[in-house]
Amino acid sequence: MILKGKTWKFGANIDTDAIIPARYLNTSQPEELAKHCMEDADPDFPHKVSQGDIMVAGKNFGCGSSREHAPIALKAAGISCVIAPTFARIFYRNAINIGLPILECEEAAEGIQEGDVVEVNTDTGAIKNLTTGAEFQAAPFPEFIEKIMAAGGLMAYVKERTRNNG
Amino acid sequence: MGMTITEKILAAHAGEEKVRPGQLINARLDVVLGNDVTSPVAIKEFENLGTDKVFDPERIVLVPDHFTPNKDIKSAEQAKLIREFARKHEIINYFEVGRMGIEHCLLPEAGLVLPGDVIIGADSHTCTYGALGAFATGVGSTDMAAGMATGEAWFKVPSSIKFIFKGADFNPWVSGKDLILYAIGQIGVDGALYQAMEFTGEGIEALSMDSRFTMCNMAIEAGGKSGIIVPDETTLTYVKGRAKREFKLYQSDPDAEYARVLEYRTKDIEPQVAFPHLPENARNVADAGDIKIDQVVIGSCTNGRIEDLRLAASLMEGKKVHKDVRCVVIPGTQAIYLQAVKEGLVDIFINAQAAVSTPTCGPCLGGHMGILAKGERALATTNRNFVGRMGHPESEVYLSNPAVAAASAIMGRIAHPGEVKK
Repeated sequence: MILKGKTWKFGANIDTDAIIPARYLNTSQPEELAKHCMEDADPDFPHKVSQGDIMVAGKNFGCGSSREHAPIALKAAGISCVIAPTFARIFYRNAINIGLPILECEEAAEGIQEGDVVEVNTDTGAIKNLTTGAEFQAAPFPEFIEKIMAAGGLMAYVKERTRNNG
Repeated sequence: MGMTITEKILAAHAGEEKVRPGQLINARLDVVLGNDVTSPVAIKEFENLGTDKVFDPERIVLVPDHFTPNKDIKSAEQAKLIREFARKHEIINYFEVGRMGIEHCLLPEAGLVLPGDVIIGADSHTCTYGALGAFATGVGSTDMAAGMATGEAWFKVPSSIKFIFKGADFNPWVSGKDLILYAIGQIGVDGALYQAMEFTGEGIEALSMDSRFTMCNMAIEAGGKSGIIVPDETTLTYVKGRAKREFKLYQSDPDAEYARVLEYRTKDIEPQVAFPHLPENARNVADAGDIKIDQVVIGSCTNGRIEDLRLAASLMEGKKVHKDVRCVVIPGTQAIYLQAVKEGLVDIFINAQAAVSTPTCGPCLGGHMGILAKGERALATTNRNFVGRMGHPESEVYLSNPAVAAASAIMGRIAHPGEVKK
């Protein structure tokens, strides 16, 4: 899949309370969560972000809670993909499980500035900064995770497997 | 080459003789856990799957503890969804208000999680159960849904970091919370990313179960996949009388391979306080400076156990909470609450003018029962001090053990327990 979008940049250790504060977790409606996405880090973010935008952040993105509401909120807010040097592990699993593409690439996370337009090939991990012409290569996913993503997320994968077993 | 306790547990649950770090496995699950925030999403996913049966109604545990007793209509709707799901699938381990406790205090207490288990929970602090010598890790709602349907989950076998706490010569007022805050301060909030944190040494052997739960609880705050302590006599004494099914004790082999081995001297560790806005900002309480506080919270899945309440009460007995401070005490479970009543601890808290609440995660995640206004500052025995964690984005949370929290409630500023009681 080729994604192209304008980037928003955030720092290191962006936690799940910053992505979606717990005070809004009394609902799991994606569109409700999107209204408050990243608001404690940047109160205007939910208004500024548009469909297809790409988020670029520092290390340990998504640390903290296990709330799947975090990748759900990002996806519903329009974010098509997140690029960071590393992701916190529960966020990493959750993003894959719900089908939000994430790419681990330190060089890209450093070399992309906010507002740059970036093209990402989620199959190969190739990242192109269309504003500056710089190119980066993210680490590829393990084959097993590729299978989950190819099936369209974990539940689709489980469905496929239970059907085959049954 | 031998295996770590984590590798042995995962191998046994994957039907393999041996597993290695980095290996992808499918493991059988002993327990699948969810709460009122994560379960509604999982239930929706489960129902989309088109299966009408959970893998084992006795192995699923549902604990509405975050926004309960229901704080508003939306929370009540979420709790209702879980209640109806539990009834439909005859899930016996559904815990209603009145029987409910904070999940990570409740499950070990009820003997639902045991040594040698593999446990997933749709709550990041599921790593708490590693204190029993189990592999326990937090996952999201989709993983929970898949776990409820299949009784299995995929894992990448983590490499392990061995933390050795040398010596059982603890400084006064130091407990498990200080050891873990100190360790996180040393390695940082991503210092154990994707890894298992194995806590060992005389310092750990000397710790009570309650303090061990506190330590493993905060493994996630260093990015860890799990925290674990090899079971010993202390573990067996705790599990005895609680376990209703068989369990297995695993040890790490002497020649097991570790990604890193870190050694700390227990006697070098003083009571700690983590400054905003990351748990890695740990310092000695003695070096905190003059930090006035508006609120103190004593409780949570990190420090809401009986030992924690006893410690806090020992400092608050005969004293009053500072006039400028609101102190909220939250026992972790109904049994802990009742024990605190019987021991006279609740008398001490109320006489000291602290508020005592029914079990709930409440203020820890900024849910209810003690939210901070703009510019306010809290000292809490909880686990996270992120921006806006307990309320307004411009409020602050500091983290400490219950003795420091109680002393600070009395002094009105961050204080060493030694200032209140010699």
